[in-house]
Amino acid sequence: MSRVAITGLGLVCALGNTVSQCWKRLAAGESRILPLSDPGNPPYRFTRGGEAWEFRPADFFSERELLMLDRFAQFAVMAAREAVAQSGLRFEGALADRSAVVTGSSVGGQFSQEEGYRKLYRENIPRVGPLTIPRVMANAGASRIASEFGIRGPGYTVSTACSSSNHALGQAFWMVRGGQATVAVAGGSEAVFAEGLLRAWESMRVVSPDVCRPFSADRKGLSLGEGAGMLVLENWEHAAARGAEILGEIVGFGMSSDAYHITQPSVDGPSNCMKWALRDAGMAPEQVGYINAHGTGTQINDQTETEAIRGVFGPSAGRLLVSSTKSMHGHTLGAAGGIEAVATVLTLRNSLVPPTANFTSPDPACDLDVVANRARAAEIEAAMSNTFAFGGLNASVVFARPDRPAPRQNQPG
Amino acid sequence: MSDECDVNELGRRVIRVIAQTQRIPPDQISLDSTFEELKIDSLDGINIVFALESEFGIAIPDDGVQNMRSVRETVAGVERLLRQKNVAAPPGAA
Repeated sequence: MSRVAITGLGLVCALGNTVSQCWKRLAAGESRILPLSDPGNPPYRFTRGGEAWEFRPADFFSERELLMLDRFAQFAVMAAREAVAQSGLRFEGALADRSAVVTGSSVGGQFSQEEGYRKLYRENIPRVGPLTIPRVMANAGASRIASEFGIRGPGYTVSTACSSSNHALGQAFWMVRGGQATVAVAGGSEAVFAEGLLRAWESMRVVSPDVCRPFSADRKGLSLGEGAGMLVLENWEHAAARGAEILGEIVGFGMSSDAYHITQPSVDGPSNCMKWALRDAGMAPEQVGYINAHGTGTQINDQTETEAIRGVFGPSAGRLLVSSTKSMHGHTLGAAGGIEAVATVLTLRNSLVPPTANFTSPDPACDLDVVANRARAAEIEAAMSNTFAFGGLNASVVFARPDRPAPRQNQPG
Repeated sequence: MSDECDVNELGRRVIRVIAQTQRIPPDQISLDSTFEELKIDSLDGINIVFALESEFGIAIPDDGVQNMRSVRETVAGVERLLRQKNVAAPPGAA
């Protein structure tokens, strides 16, 4: 088994178009859940969201490229470009065949889907554009990333609602660790601010009327967000041999299913998920210093996640720092794991924990140190990032600082 | 007063909506049934609220949803909203 280095990061979301822009705002605790650019007519029950405010497609893609790319795929490609550029990798020869692309997306090309439906059902034009199918397919981002960089190994997309990206990242991690791939570009993207999808979220009544306030007593639901987070995962020896800067390490991945309810979370499912991730990492709970929580800001999620964390981490839960960066970029659904993975790697790297923004008052049912409103300096060896999806499908990824001592189970022999 | 404000008729309509939404026979639902007895969980509740909004042309606020835990509470909530609607726009005023 190989250690898995992270050698590239890419991010686009409400916080900015690059990793460095986004990190500045994460570190400052600046929430970018702002009034919607289109409040709906009649207005949606919610008024704010985490749109990728600074993203102008024409700044990054030619008109010809945009013909083929729905917004969610644009995000995926943009984040992958940043991550691959940082890694300095070129996918040539044998490396191209030994490299993978694994992405996550919950709904795929929703904008293109709705555009087709608008013509068909509203305008009564029974002609839907011939590019609709390749724009809508959930793997459009993965396919474009593969072709843009000439990555010829495994390529696929995982769709497990809000866990999509963590499942993608975890699968890619296991491929690199197990030797099936030398490099993997992994993460996910989502574009949610399409009217049909917003109306569906509206009627579920889980979106906060103003901003999400994860772990606060007065939390009223989640805030939707959009964007992408991508990571370049690389066989450790391969990265070291070429002198690449190693930004972090993925050390463990766990998955579980609640086998319970289609939308209500359980405590057991997330608990098992975190336990499997720790076991996969070969780590004791006390080695983890930070959790980037699923922390959606719904009453039930934050309460059950707290209970699950307390159960898994036992006495060390009292020393854990736990924050939900969704309070700043929103819940990006299928992109959540990717975006929050990048935030978690940056947390370890900068020894600074981004806060839970919009926090007002503590909830006894969420009695963890949620790093309210202000980032906190902390030297942390390892961190976990959680995603718990509708449908009860859970995925947790464990990250470590690259300068920690090599773990025993990865020593030769 | 319209029929909508007659509790018996209103009760029957609410029960019909719940029965249709939950795919259960209306005769298994009474005014005294709780959502728990009817095995209606929070997601089912949201689905019922959505159907009631369509049936009665009302908008049920989020805190109203949390107070609907039985058929009787639901009927009372709908009745209150219908009364507000009729005050805002008396019958015939449209």
